[in-house]
Amino acid sequence: MIKQIFKISLMNLRNLPSRFGISSVVVVGIGGVVGVLVAILAMASGFESALSSGASNDRVILLRDGSTDEMASSISQAEVALIETLPGVAALSPELYTVVDVPKMDTGTYANLIARGVGTGAFEVRPEVEIVAGRNFEPGRTEIIAGAKAATEFRGLDVGAEVPLRDSMWRVVGHFEAAGSAYESEIWLDFPAALNAFRRNSATSLRVRLDSPASFEELTQAIESDPRLQVQVISEPSFMERQSATLRQTIKSFGYAVAVIMAIGALFAALNTMYTAVSTRTIEIATLRAIGFSSVPIVVSVMIEAVILAILGGALGALFSYVIFNGFTVATLNPAAFSQVAFDFNVSTEIVYLGMTWAIVIGFFGGLLPAISAAYIPITTALRGE
Amino acid sequence: MAFIELNNVVKNYAKGSEVVHVLQDLNLSLEAGDFLALMGPSGSGKSTLLNLIGGIDQPTAGRVVVAGSELGSMSSSQLAKWRSESIGFVFQFYNLLPFLTAQRNVELPLLLTNLNGSQRKENAMTALRTVSLDDRAKHKPGELSGGQQQRVAIARAIVADPQILVCDEPTGDLDRQSAQEILALLEILNEQFKKTIIMVTHDPLAAEHAKNILHLDKGVLVESGQTEVAT
Repeated sequence: MIKQIFKISLMNLRNLPSRFGISSVVVVGIGGVVGVLVAILAMASGFESALSSGASNDRVILLRDGSTDEMASSISQAEVALIETLPGVAALSPELYTVVDVPKMDTGTYANLIARGVGTGAFEVRPEVEIVAGRNFEPGRTEIIAGAKAATEFRGLDVGAEVPLRDSMWRVVGHFEAAGSAYESEIWLDFPAALNAFRRNSATSLRVRLDSPASFEELTQAIESDPRLQVQVISEPSFMERQSATLRQTIKSFGYAVAVIMAIGALFAALNTMYTAVSTRTIEIATLRAIGFSSVPIVVSVMIEAVILAILGGALGALFSYVIFNGFTVATLNPAAFSQVAFDFNVSTEIVYLGMTWAIVIGFFGGLLPAISAAYIPITTALRGE
Repeated sequence: MAFIELNNVVKNYAKGSEVVHVLQDLNLSLEAGDFLALMGPSGSGKSTLLNLIGGIDQPTAGRVVVAGSELGSMSSSQLAKWRSESIGFVFQFYNLLPFLTAQRNVELPLLLTNLNGSQRKENAMTALRTVSLDDRAKHKPGELSGGQQQRVAIARAIVADPQILVCDEPTGDLDRQSAQEILALLEILNEQFKKTIIMVTHDPLAAEHAKNILHLDKGVLVESGQTEVAT
């Protein structure tokens, strides 16, 4: 039986070039489904990656009790001073998180851009941040540095340019990168200067680098046991996960919905094409059965052909998405922060595997019914070409 | 018991709600080495009778015993194995696989055996020599004439050395000269290679090449007899 399967399958596959037209319909149809699925999931993955890349277990974010994001949080300067003395704190940056309107590069329309006032410890807390053009801002001066992605997505953020923020003009003195994280979609300025410019007297959040990840519990207990502190401690990975959850889920749900609809279409297209492909070989298959080949090897050989065509289609779709979309930068609104976040499409190995799995499933079910039909129709009927 | 024996065979088909009676209480005995021509008008049941003997169809009632095997009691996989060992098929439109060379087409039945590639090739070439087409071994069906294609189909039918050849209108798609060549070849296979041949044909001249002729009409054998030596 195995030998028959091998021999018939080999013969079918050798014959594929002679059925190029009809085979390519299956390949292209399934390739389209996989291409779209991979592109959409790559978008979700890129967004997730932008918000979570660089998240470190030895960093925590401190927010006001009950706050779910930085925008709605407030931590007084007295609290900041207290927290600085607690055990486990290696470095600390009080931060003012706010949004400003800046025209987008492509359309010129104004969009929200995160302006983050950061303390002098910000670079020590986030050692992955590095100045890639110009220099860092000087404390107390109306200077800003722009994230690399913000500089490409928004107008007027070139080094040396002046940007109006609230009542004064701020000079862009440098660009920074942050290992591809969402910080690259922000502009940073000096924390005391930001408090003054935005007429605030408290931080919205604190970023803390711990001595080690093990210090998380120690710091949490110290804060909870001090009645003067009404703040919560959240590990950076948890916070990033929470921030990206809404949009990531939305994109994924949308992606899967589109992919399922396309997959159903592709399944019927594959079914139709495989039926056509098999029906043109009805007499051929009946002749093989008359000669003495069994039905099971014929079913399996048609299935193998369908799955191989599907794998070809899946690989083509995934390759197309990789070439076109991988690393492609887009910006979108992060609903958790009401601000623009720029990110790169990320066609990861896992997404390609998932796309290929979809292709194989479509190919399997697309080939199953035609294969069974071809192998179990009475030989005498099939020999008449019916 | 005869080499091929059909007892009280009935074959009915359902056509919608209607039952079509194709063969009615048919009895037939053939000895090994016979060359039988089955004749009759369209719809008389001759192809159905051929299919029953070839093991690609089953009777509604009655017994079909071929070369000692009762076909009605065999499963489809047993029948497939039996066909591969006992029957060679020759079809009106040759039924060659268009993408395979003549040699590969002839090798097809040998894929079901334990022969290795070189043994298969050797046997296929022997079969092609028997039908005088070894010089066309590398040609695909599309590159051969109708008569040559039918000879390749006959080579395929005999390559596994079956005892019986069932031929459904083997000359029905051929010109007179090609038909004569095919019929002469069948005679050689019957006389020199001792193959038992059952051939369905509409053509009385073709039937004259057989040793015996049976006429069917409306599923019933109406006449039988021996033929004169073909001229």
